[in-house]
Amino acid sequence: MSTAKAPSAKRGKLVNLRNFPGFTSTSWFVMFFLYIPLLYVVIYSFNSSRIGSIWKSFSVKWYGKVLENTDIQRALKNSIEVGFAATILSTVLAVMAALGLLRMQRAGKAVAMALIGAPLIIAEIVLAVGTLGLFIAVGVPLGKVGLIVAHTAFCIPFALLPIRARLSQLDMAPFEAASDLGANERQILRRITLPLLSPAIVAGALLAFAISIDDFITSFFVAGPGSTTLPVYIFGMIRSTVTPEVNAISTLLLLFSGIVLLGSYLIQRKRR
Amino acid sequence: MTATTTPIKKPVKRARPGQSSPKLAYLPIIFLAFAIGVPLLIIVVYSFLEKPSQGTGVKWVFTTENYKALFIQEKLDGTTAFDTRYIKVLWTSFYYSLITTVVTLVLSIPVAMWIATREARKRTLLVALVTLPFWISILIRTYGMRQIIADEGPIGKFLGLFDISWSILYSPPATILGLIYVFLPFMILPIYASAERFDFRLAEAAYDLGAKRMTVVRRVILPSIRPGIISGVALVFIPALGSFLQSDMLGGGKTNMVANVIANNFGQARNWPFGSALAVLLIILTLLFVLIIQGIAQRRGDKVELV
Repeated sequence: MSTAKAPSAKRGKLVNLRNFPGFTSTSWFVMFFLYIPLLYVVIYSFNSSRIGSIWKSFSVKWYGKVLENTDIQRALKNSIEVGFAATILSTVLAVMAALGLLRMQRAGKAVAMALIGAPLIIAEIVLAVGTLGLFIAVGVPLGKVGLIVAHTAFCIPFALLPIRARLSQLDMAPFEAASDLGANERQILRRITLPLLSPAIVAGALLAFAISIDDFITSFFVAGPGSTTLPVYIFGMIRSTVTPEVNAISTLLLLFSGIVLLGSYLIQRKRR
Repeated sequence: MTATTTPIKKPVKRARPGQSSPKLAYLPIIFLAFAIGVPLLIIVVYSFLEKPSQGTGVKWVFTTENYKALFIQEKLDGTTAFDTRYIKVLWTSFYYSLITTVVTLVLSIPVAMWIATREARKRTLLVALVTLPFWISILIRTYGMRQIIADEGPIGKFLGLFDISWSILYSPPATILGLIYVFLPFMILPIYASAERFDFRLAEAAYDLGAKRMTVVRRVILPSIRPGIISGVALVFIPALGSFLQSDMLGGGKTNMVANVIANNFGQARNWPFGSALAVLLIILTLLFVLIIQGIAQRRGDKVELV
């Protein structure tokens, strides 16, 4: 870098702040790095060859195989059932927690926040084996019920995130007006709080659903043989053999995530 | 994501929406105490119990052997020797997470600054592109990376044209690459959140006052995005430390991280008490790291909320 330059030259650099040396190339590199593995999965899901790494010709036969595979159908059904149940439960509990915590004492709030935040900080493997221990000790059979309980627990912090953010931005005037006009707690909750929170509740629910559908580690330990979820099934497939089918399921899952994301984007944009 | 960093604000007394009763929070708290609190408690209890002579589970006999077994190996003839295997596993996890954190940090600062200096429209698109991987299963992302770096994958084929051999899959570098790949967005987004709020007139002022480019970066830009950096470091290091899939799928079982050893003890090895002792150690290390990060943030006057 040149050191002795006239002030005018230094002023010239000021415009260059947006084009810092290396920033653009690093950014392009990072974007490619983030997306090339995903693109590879998508492209090779249309490969007719049985050997994953050799491109033969375009084909959708692996999608046909995926759609015919009854194990995959069952796993997908399990994933969606658990995902829906965990989303509804975790969203309801998150709304209750968000509202209740507003007026809770400091100590109670600290305990509650530690419990809510634990899944974000403590390694999932630890909670997964602990939950396995709990279910065995209490006698909860390994299966869908256990899965729903476990998923609900780690979805709560994600469902809570947008709700808490929205609560802290809410305009207080409607609440004050309502209570001045004699509305009771229930009426305020139903007619003001929940409608105002609804975009955040939807965003939280979508986040919870995405987290539940994608979960692998907890499901791996808690699912039991009868209620394998899709990620657990895919993991087994990847481990045993390399079949191009996995690329096809993965692409379908990517598409699904994309739709959920687009949905949440559209909902939030409409509300704004 | 889950960490937000804001400058400390004086608490403002304000009316609360709906004045809902705190009783509303009782049900979620009871549920979480059962589904999160009890499992953690069980892990602590199990770590002080014996393993049954047959099958899985625990035998209700108090022992501290599981913690001793982390460091000391008892040989068949009854003599004991210092055992470095599990210290190595912990060291490996720490070391991989550290490299992952440093590499993602070095890559993320330019990317975050670059995005923050684009026009508003382009910025929205770029942020969406960085956020999208959050919504995609880590399993699939790791699987995609495995195909890219496989011996016969695109990199291997390309290097093959020049007769360069390529074989990193199922080795430590593959695990680390997978960790970097999976956790990179966790670093970019919080730094971007800080960089977006940065007033670029400050950098211009520094230039006008004669500061050189690197001085501007070091004295003006870096301190402004520090809260984002602290959040990013926490958001990458903590999950990397407890990561399972990358070393399982990319390291090929040769490069065990602590989560893999815990999983193995609850699976094939059938030693729940020992797996629990390792899990307790992992919890302690994680909490220690959280305390350090919070300490740094507090000393700097940034408020870092990890939850």
